[in-house]
Amino acid sequence: MKVISLAKVRDTIKDLVQKANFELQDDVLDVIKDMEEKEESPAGKEVFKQILDNVKIARDEKLGLCQDTGLAVFFVELGEDVELQKDGGLGSLSEAITEGTRAGYEEGYLRKSVVEDPIRRKNTGDNTPAYIHWELVPGDAFKVTFIAKGGGAENMSAVQMFAPAAGMEGIEDFVVETVDKGGSNPCPPIIVGVGAGGNFEYSALLAKKALLRRPLGSHSYDPFYADMERRLLERINNLGIGPQGMGGRITALAVHVEAFPCHIASMPAAVNIQCHSHRVLSFEL
Amino acid sequence: MAEHRIETPVSDETIEKLRAGDRVFITGYLYTGRDSAHKKLIELVKEGKDLPLDIKGQFIYYVGPTPARPGKPIGSAGPTTSYRMDSFAPTLHSMGLKGTIGKGSRNEEVKEALKKYKAAYFAAVGGAGALISKSIESSEVIAYPELGPEAIRRVKVKDFPCIVINDMYGGDLYEEGKKKYQKKKD
Repeated sequence: MKVISLAKVRDTIKDLVQKANFELQDDVLDVIKDMEEKEESPAGKEVFKQILDNVKIARDEKLGLCQDTGLAVFFVELGEDVELQKDGGLGSLSEAITEGTRAGYEEGYLRKSVVEDPIRRKNTGDNTPAYIHWELVPGDAFKVTFIAKGGGAENMSAVQMFAPAAGMEGIEDFVVETVDKGGSNPCPPIIVGVGAGGNFEYSALLAKKALLRRPLGSHSYDPFYADMERRLLERINNLGIGPQGMGGRITALAVHVEAFPCHIASMPAAVNIQCHSHRVLSFEL
Repeated sequence: MAEHRIETPVSDETIEKLRAGDRVFITGYLYTGRDSAHKKLIELVKEGKDLPLDIKGQFIYYVGPTPARPGKPIGSAGPTTSYRMDSFAPTLHSMGLKGTIGKGSRNEEVKEALKKYKAAYFAAVGGAGALISKSIESSEVIAYPELGPEAIRRVKVKDFPCIVINDMYGGDLYEEGKKKYQKKKD
């Protein structure tokens, strides 16, 4: 049986949230550079230049790539055969993740962007709680994926419950309309995560999981959805919104679609928008 | 597209020269503020009380920076999305505010206020907060420290880079840019 130390989880997460906020990963940078070549508008080209200059400064000076260092969102794959060692004063895995988040956001001079109540809005002061999605898997795997999710792009996301008759066109039109409506707000060039199927809450989770696919811009294993991703990217980039909404060819860097079985009466769809500062990082123990 | 170097506080004549799409480099002081600070400012206006800053001729930068590392004036400091301040901006423009800096489109009420009170709306590049921090020389909290990243700061900037999105003549770079690059369906 694999034994995992909670203290080690906490310490790894403390470093992970900082690294993710200071350094864009190579697959993300590759897509940005590739799309910079394709951009035609002068304003759009200038935006790409500033994005890449920003990447260098953030990495060299350990500064947040963006001042919105995000909600700390985690996807945890926990093997059923893993034994958790309660060390370092930590009583549970969620406590280890929370403490790692708190310590990392403090040590890294990252912004505290969480309010403790949606209406009364007092800042919690330490960027907790962390938002943790659990998945219990067979075997002894232990994998944690972190995404720093900023508010600007998240606010432009949407869920819709379609009748099955709306079909593929219904979902594709909804994705394009959601991006069009968001316009310049979510910091284009964006990444579009689409969740098709599931149920009301599951579709939204699928859309967020779609954002986590690596490398960025790779296509679904299912040729049907790979084609949908290509079509959607083209339609979105024909909108003309462009980098930062100032007009241009590149509105989206990538579209990822994840699908799941659903009810005979339903066809849920969700669109989770992510900004160009795509801060995703995983580790395994 | 013209390029301008301007200093705050600005006069009507400066705003009159600006057109949507122009690049602007700002030197002087900016005031920072976002959701919670705006709510507080507008409450003061409604109660007929003085604001903690004199906004005549000034610019508000919509930003909530990361904490500064020791020895640095500020942390990462890029723009936040502006529409969330749309309901507050016309009142502040009526009191003499000459510019706001953020990212993303404004509503019709804000655009009308820019025309009526001779003001402009600018965008900085969202997600370039580390780069933008290089044009900020100093920063001090002047109101609402309890709001943390949302406190009002007075920041000294040198050649702060931004682009005019909405000018006082109704020009709108987002609309014009999109129209130019849009490909219609076959």
